Amino acid sequence: MNGKIHSIESFGTVDGPGIRLVVFMQGCPMRCLYCHNPDTWSVNGGREVSAQEIIDEYEKYKEFLTNGGITITGGEPLMQIDFVTEVFMLAKQKNIHTCLDTSGVTFRSDNTEKFDRLMEYTDLILLDIKHIDSLKHKEITSHSNENILAFARYLKEKDIPVWIRHVVVEGYTDNEEDLLELGKFLSSMKNMKALDVLPYHDMGRVKYEKLGLEYPLKDIQPLSKSEAVKARDIIIRGIKQGLREKTE
Amino acid sequence: MSNVMPNEWKGFVEGRWSSGTINVRDFILKNYTEYTGDASFLTPPTEATKKLWDMVIDLSEQERAKGGVLDMDTKIISTITSHGPGYLDKELEQIVGFQTDKPFKRALQPFGGIRMAQNACEQYGYKVDPSVVEIFTKYRKTHNQGVFDAYTPEMRLARKSAIITGLPDAYGRGRIIGDYRRVALYGIDRLIEDKKHQIDTSLVRMTSKNIRLREELAEQVRALEELRELGKIYGFDISKPAANAKEAIQWLYFGYLAAVKEQNGAAMSLGRTSTFLDIYIERDLRNGLITEQQAQEYIDHFIMKLRLVKFARTPEYNELFSGDPTWVTESIGGVSVDGRSMVTKNSFRYIHTLDNLGSAPEPNMTVLWSVKLPRKFKEYCAEMSIKSSSIQYENDDLMRVIHGDDYAVACCVSSMRVGKEMQFFGARANLAKCLLYAINGGVDERLKIQVGPRYRMVEGDYLDYDDVMEKYDAMMEWLAGLYVNTLNVIHYMHDKYSYEKLQMALHDRDVKRYFATGIAGLSVVADSLSAIKYAKVKCIRDENGIVVDYEVEGDFPKYGNNDDRVDSIAVELVRTFMDKIRKHHTYRDGVPTMSILTITSNVVYGKKTGNTPDGRKMGVPLAPGANPMHGRDTHGAAASLSSVAKLPFRHAQDGISNTFSIIPDALGKDNTVFMGDIDFDALMENDND
Repeated sequence: MNGKIHSIESFGTVDGPGIRLVVFMQGCPMRCLYCHNPDTWSVNGGREVSAQEIIDEYEKYKEFLTNGGITITGGEPLMQIDFVTEVFMLAKQKNIHTCLDTSGVTFRSDNTEKFDRLMEYTDLILLDIKHIDSLKHKEITSHSNENILAFARYLKEKDIPVWIRHVVVEGYTDNEEDLLELGKFLSSMKNMKALDVLPYHDMGRVKYEKLGLEYPLKDIQPLSKSEAVKARDIIIRGIKQGLREKTE
Repeated sequence: MSNVMPNEWKGFVEGRWSSGTINVRDFILKNYTEYTGDASFLTPPTEATKKLWDMVIDLSEQERAKGGVLDMDTKIISTITSHGPGYLDKELEQIVGFQTDKPFKRALQPFGGIRMAQNACEQYGYKVDPSVVEIFTKYRKTHNQGVFDAYTPEMRLARKSAIITGLPDAYGRGRIIGDYRRVALYGIDRLIEDKKHQIDTSLVRMTSKNIRLREELAEQVRALEELRELGKIYGFDISKPAANAKEAIQWLYFGYLAAVKEQNGAAMSLGRTSTFLDIYIERDLRNGLITEQQAQEYIDHFIMKLRLVKFARTPEYNELFSGDPTWVTESIGGVSVDGRSMVTKNSFRYIHTLDNLGSAPEPNMTVLWSVKLPRKFKEYCAEMSIKSSSIQYENDDLMRVIHGDDYAVACCVSSMRVGKEMQFFGARANLAKCLLYAINGGVDERLKIQVGPRYRMVEGDYLDYDDVMEKYDAMMEWLAGLYVNTLNVIHYMHDKYSYEKLQMALHDRDVKRYFATGIAGLSVVADSLSAIKYAKVKCIRDENGIVVDYEVEGDFPKYGNNDDRVDSIAVELVRTFMDKIRKHHTYRDGVPTMSILTITSNVVYGKKTGNTPDGRKMGVPLAPGANPMHGRDTHGAAASLSSVAKLPFRHAQDGISNTFSIIPDALGKDNTVFMGDIDFDALMENDND
């Protein structure tokens, strides 16, 4: 079957382990204030390709990708879950490592059939939890976080390896209590293999200008690495607290 | 040669190298100790190293403050023995020797061309002594003068319009690597003995070829005698082999120093010395004669000297090369033909100087990369690349097939067996300009004069692919012939008036000579032809009917995106031009090769190349080497690299370069923020929060 993609990066080094072919899907229901890919939002844009074409593209670069694999990101890949499932199925037939970068926003706990199928072929999920507090989550992304947290629990139950991502934006997602709370939530996720705290950057700004959109975080400065480390350490502290509470 | 091993060789495994022939490779393969460990053995700079380096930094600042040159010799003509000893601090320096009698003082080297030497001096407020000018205009001809005596009007014009450019006709051609290791391993006496034997066994039927060889060998002997004298000037007797690590480094360095005293070449590369020297260091370490700290100090001081190699050059020269490069390239690592990694501890020590002395472009540390190199060494290289941005990588798996396991890289990509092969450096032909000549029937688009042959120009408003290709092929045919013949003149005259006698003394008698050519503008031409083929390109003519600009209507595949439609054009172009080069007679039976390697001069070439059919405007730099045009590779690094990797090495054997810039953050996750391998149980241990 065909899917709509925005673009393909042949040398992805930050979206999963190793050097990876990174497929950016077109279309996203979220409108995160700090999104650096606004050009992937619209479901109308993009270019149609078949699942097999993605695999063919990988084959062209396999010498570069020996310790990596394929990452599908976006946009929100789960908007085209059938396509993603087919790509991953074909990939696993060739023993290619598969990684899905998602917000989990389309997940519904009462209807997991399609997700169950996708997970059969997924080696790793990069789960981006934007905010642990549902109201603040809505403020940042235009969606509440119930489905996302439900997706996280689902992954835990299925024991799918997960890297947790969290973007730290000054004044939005750097509140200590919230970070602690996030850590506590994560403490139950034994399937979590890495914590990837991403300092906010404004490199997407140009794209907004090109699209004629106003940049929502005009007055926010990019976050320094040291601030990101600080935030990460708070989350870790939260995880430890959560673990302690469980043993007590 | 006696059967008794000289004392200096005690502890070495014997072989062909020790039984009558000069054979450094055999010595290395029989004696080196492969190292597969990590970098933890390395030591920091000693106090002496720090003091010396502080002096260097201080002098560098003075030099910058004075406008780029601190001091120049204006009277003494540089030869191997022209100057007394020079030091930074004699007491602290483990390895000694400067090009003149003090550091940072540039030597006067007029054999390539007196005008170049005069200009270089005048630009910095110095004046060459009138008697020297008189000698080199009235009594002693230079390479430069010889070349211009023989150039045809067409050659002069092609040079002026810069369709052939960067030619070594006014300066030293460089790109020759003496086997400086021979000085350490054998000592000067043995090398002279060998050269004399070569003379005795050379042909005596006096053809011009045989006469030239006999004369050159005699010159080589003289150069070796001078080299021995250079040792004496610094208080060393280098007539015998080096007896320990420190001497080996010093002897080797004297060999190199003599070369840069004699020649101001466009690239004065060092060779492949780290693993050779490791054998001496290992022997001394084994015998308890030195510590690791001392070994590193020797290497640090040696590298420091290489960083201070300086030449008197003109601002135009520096503009062409974006700075004042000396191309002291050292080739590190690689794999032997019997499959062993040639990485030694000394490979690490060389690279470690980037920590001990800080980052620097010279010497040009070049790792001969193979998939078979030890993992720990690869990791160290990656770490140091990120830290210093000062390491160059070359594909050993590709070059070993052609040159075996004792080759080195001259300049940035030119590979040759050390002491057995040399090359005639040939600058490059501008293929982008050649395309414009094809369109305009040989008229230069900038100078508006007829430079190439008066073929028919294109007609009509739009360029037709087949028509342009036919005209382009004919124009390349003309260019290849003119180019090779121009180089024939240059190398004939260089051999005659500025022969590299010391460097050639450290070669075998019968060397293989590569006749290097090069091309510039590959990606511009590939994209232009792609635009003509897949989009519509409209010609815009000036009042004289010369096409001076182009309008591209529609999109077209661009080189650098792993798209065969255009990549195949680039591949075909390389093969076609090389085949045209191959058709021509080359000086001294040189084996023609071609490079695609401009690393800096592409900026100047861009200035001299008019608007091109790919939409590039006049003055915009051509892409460096085989790089895609800036910003046109939009599918990520692997796609870009894949396009470059399609270019056929057998038709560009003198090297294909790709300048690859990437911000460290785009190379992967920063471990200070990213936390991988999370294990909750481990998290709870040592938990103090």
